[in-house]
Amino acid sequence: MTGIRGAIGRAVLLAGSLVLWEAAVRALHVPAFILPPPSQIGLALYRGAESGIYLQHSWITLVETVLGFLLGSAVAFLIGTVLASSRRAEYFLYPFIVMFQNMPKVALAPLIIIWFGLGLGSKVVSAALIAFFPLLVNTIVGLRSADEDRVDLMRSLGATPMQIFWMLRLPSALPFVMAGLEVAMVFSLVGAIVAEFVGSEAGLGMLIQSRNFSMDVAGEFAVLFLLAVLGLALNAVVVLVRRRVLFWDPSEKQASGGPWPEERALPATGGGRRPEHPMKGSTP
Amino acid sequence: MAEPPDAVIAVKGLRKEYPASSRGAVLALEDIDFEVAEGEFVALVGPSGCGKSTLLKIVAGLLPATDGEVMLRSLPVTGPRRDIGVVFQSPVLFPWRTVLENVLLPVDVQRLDRAKHRARALGLLALVGLSGFEERYPWELSGGMQQRVAITRSLMHDPALLLMDEPFGALDAMTRESLNLELQRIWLERRETILFVTHSIPEAVFLADRVFVMTPRPGRVLERIEVRIPRPRTLEVMATPEFGRIARAIRAHFNLRAEVDA
Repeated sequence: MTGIRGAIGRAVLLAGSLVLWEAAVRALHVPAFILPPPSQIGLALYRGAESGIYLQHSWITLVETVLGFLLGSAVAFLIGTVLASSRRAEYFLYPFIVMFQNMPKVALAPLIIIWFGLGLGSKVVSAALIAFFPLLVNTIVGLRSADEDRVDLMRSLGATPMQIFWMLRLPSALPFVMAGLEVAMVFSLVGAIVAEFVGSEAGLGMLIQSRNFSMDVAGEFAVLFLLAVLGLALNAVVVLVRRRVLFWDPSEKQASGGPWPEERALPATGGGRRPEHPMKGSTP
Repeated sequence: MAEPPDAVIAVKGLRKEYPASSRGAVLALEDIDFEVAEGEFVALVGPSGCGKSTLLKIVAGLLPATDGEVMLRSLPVTGPRRDIGVVFQSPVLFPWRTVLENVLLPVDVQRLDRAKHRARALGLLALVGLSGFEERYPWELSGGMQQRVAITRSLMHDPALLLMDEPFGALDAMTRESLNLELQRIWLERRETILFVTHSIPEAVFLADRVFVMTPRPGRVLERIEVRIPRPRTLEVMATPEFGRIARAIRAHFNLRAEVDA
């Protein structure tokens, strides 16, 4: 399918579904607190945008997510580097990591609120905690993925372990790290929203909660739409960085062909590169 | 065999045993003795699994020997050394580096002055026929061109010894022949000391001054055959009686095995 025709097809599909939804809700007299028609959701979006509350709450959620992402990724990368470089560290820490890995991290949100309060801190910690594992796993696998012949080549040139790390292992790990970052970005948004659900004074998650209590389901849908847009935008940033960093990666060159690469249909698959590792399948 | 006084490498009583697996220890190499003289081109030929690559890694200092010693310019090889160049079967270029940057890798690793060595790198790339490709990335080149980059990289730090582990084994027959000619040309121009591992008998005879025949389990050097065909050799040389005689003499050691390229 060519680009233009594909785009038109998708627009028609979207418009058709919205019309069908609107018609069905009206014809079947579905109450608005069960399923509001798209027109009402559009109206809610417009009103919120006009009053500026969406911008305010989106900004708060955005800051929480990005700070959590940066914190979680940085810590995950550092610990991943240590674990990948030291068999001993891995031997002692790995069981704990696996245990923690398999626990649903969202279950910690209430505790995090108690420890870090209702403000920004608890959201950042929650987002960081959930973003942590996908990148940790990918960093470990990535740093160990360097081709043995390349390592031998570096050694034959008299390279120090540090040089092998900086000149070979780290660049070789980047495709895995970037895939991990992509998942981590999506997960941080989950972490921030969950923490907002549990206890907060602002943010899109808090907005969903409060509208739920007041049965403003159209308003809730409007926020869901905003969250989808926010998630897409954050993901687009990571993908942009990935394309820059991994200009040399063969999987990147295939992916950059289409306007909407297939590998990105599900963010959780993490950029088409799924490292084989016992710790895969992180739970948010 | 006359022991040349100016041997670049001397291997004495080399033995390599891999630690016990389920069926006990594996003896990969036994009683390996040989010397390679300055400027000499030696080919090691043998079937897969005869320990050729293991031997090469020990000479490069990448693997420890169980017994025996390897002397490089009269100094024992105990670990990786900077005066050895290695070319592997795959080009092992770094895809995030351009051709020129790949060639400059030894310069970066050994913390030499990049600017100073740039001219040398460009000269070497011209020697292997890659002028104009300096700023390309490896993935933009064909397999044969990538291997030329790898050879250029191995020459960059002016090694005392060049170790080549089936460098053309992964290439198609035509590219392989043209790279054999190319390698001979480079060698005639620079007279590097080369230890070249291959499982192709014609390739070994075509390129080498001496061919060491290896047999497997455990790997031993069975015979050392001198190739007295004048250089530069052309591909037509492969059709001469002398070439055929040497190839047959080598093949005789493997006639019960089908593991060697005839």
